[in-house]
Amino acid sequence: MKALDGVTLSIGGGETVAIVGENGAGKTTLVRHTNGLLKPTSGSVKVDGVETRSTTTATLSRKIGIAFQNPDHQLFSDSVENEVRFAMRNFRFPEERIAERLEWALSFFGLEQYRKSSPLVLSGGEKKRLTLASILAWDPDVVVLDEPTVGQDSLQKAKLAQIFSLLRSTGKTIVIVSHDVEFLWPLQPRLVVMSGGKVVADGEMAKTMADRGLLEGARVTQPQLLRLYAGLRDAPASPFVDVSQARDWASGKKSGRRGG
Amino acid sequence: MGAERIGGSGRKPILSVEHLSFRYPDSKRPALTDVNLEVGEGEVVILAGPSGCGKSTLLRCVNGLIPHMYPGDYSGKVAVAGLEVASTQMSTLAQNVGLLFQNPENQIFMFSVERDVAFGLQNLAVPRGEMRARVDESMRLLGITDLAHRAPHELSDGQKQRAALAGVLAMRPRLIILDEPTSLLDPKTALDVVSLIARLNGELGITFIVVEHRLELLTPIASRLVVMDGGTKVMDGPPRAVLADPSAEAHGVGAPPVVRLYNSLAAEGLRLPRFPDSPDEMAQELNSL
Repeated sequence: MKALDGVTLSIGGGETVAIVGENGAGKTTLVRHTNGLLKPTSGSVKVDGVETRSTTTATLSRKIGIAFQNPDHQLFSDSVENEVRFAMRNFRFPEERIAERLEWALSFFGLEQYRKSSPLVLSGGEKKRLTLASILAWDPDVVVLDEPTVGQDSLQKAKLAQIFSLLRSTGKTIVIVSHDVEFLWPLQPRLVVMSGGKVVADGEMAKTMADRGLLEGARVTQPQLLRLYAGLRDAPASPFVDVSQARDWASGKKSGRRGG
Repeated sequence: MGAERIGGSGRKPILSVEHLSFRYPDSKRPALTDVNLEVGEGEVVILAGPSGCGKSTLLRCVNGLIPHMYPGDYSGKVAVAGLEVASTQMSTLAQNVGLLFQNPENQIFMFSVERDVAFGLQNLAVPRGEMRARVDESMRLLGITDLAHRAPHELSDGQKQRAALAGVLAMRPRLIILDEPTSLLDPKTALDVVSLIARLNGELGITFIVVEHRLELLTPIASRLVVMDGGTKVMDGPPRAVLADPSAEAHGVGAPPVVRLYNSLAAEGLRLPRFPDSPDEMAQELNSL
């Protein structure tokens, strides 16, 4: 049984791409090819023009940081701060820079109180934040996040959304595998839909998610604001990307103003 | 015997938590502080709150993992189906309360999915014919019949979660607690699990406590939303009332987008006649403006 079947996909520098699809569609298998953890049985995977088969995961990992879906597969240091330091030390960052990035990562992800603790005592959501902190601390060119919002409360998700905005503004390439369509919707990434090991759609999120038949086949649901938009008479030209747009439209409709 | 206690919901309590506090041995701060909670039989309760607030710890106290398997500083009382958890054997508790862990890899371990689903039943010496029926039914309900003979380590994380849930369901406990059951599932499968919870609750009267961050999935079927923060209970009420309270967001509880829209319009003086349980209902309301 093929986990991936004839996938052709090209991601440019600075793009933000979200990959969605049913369980077992091949999303995680696909992203594990990006840093050479998996090598293709046929076909090729290239990073910056270099075949992953002809280089090592260690070399690729210098450019590409992957946060796994299951943090227990990734955390192994004896303390939270050593976990965050690990990659930077391996990449021979100067100690001063390591200290600076460590403080930023622990503070941003709300982990300072656990700095000396073993990762094993953290909750599921805290472990997830630790993997994200460990990757983002060393600032890779390409950030691959597999289900980053699992176990995260709304405040942490809001922080993640801020991080993505920051990464986008600095030209990072971001690949997110996620079931959380509500989290993805305001980000409006390029959307790749996978099903049965294949890519079945690839394009703008709003357009792609308007096709309910396609989504049904990939077992993906529409975000609430898009579903709402589709049910409106007198709908504006474009779907609401966030609640404030929907509110302004509804208020305008009530007061008799039309627009959008 | 004293008079029957009736829970806050008006139903006979299946879970009673009184002044519960707990601290793990290696931790300086308590994971739970003076938690009081009563859940009536047949309720569907969402348990929410920021990560690290004590939700998973509370669930372990309910099914007896604490204090039987996890030692620590424990005080207060937890009773499930009339059984005091601290003084009841795990094997007895397991027939009354089932727990689906947050990480299915911590829960499934047999050579095949089918054997894993049957494991609890075998340990309780359930007759073979009934075991077969329950295993088949549970796998069918979770859509994993075709995975019956697969080894769990070959499955995707979402498939593992469904396999673990099938094992819990096969035990037919009166109370099932689910620790973020949809976190690894695609949206359609997540909705299927929610429908299943609603069906089991409606048809069999099973009580559910569900830890969940993706509230848009559970609020249509839940009777109550309990919010924890810093190891203690901070909010408790019908989901609509809790989500309408601005302090819910400060406790890491994010209302679904259509609920935020409803609240946002209400704050501007535009109160819609019907609280929307879905985007379709919200569209109907807005179409009639």
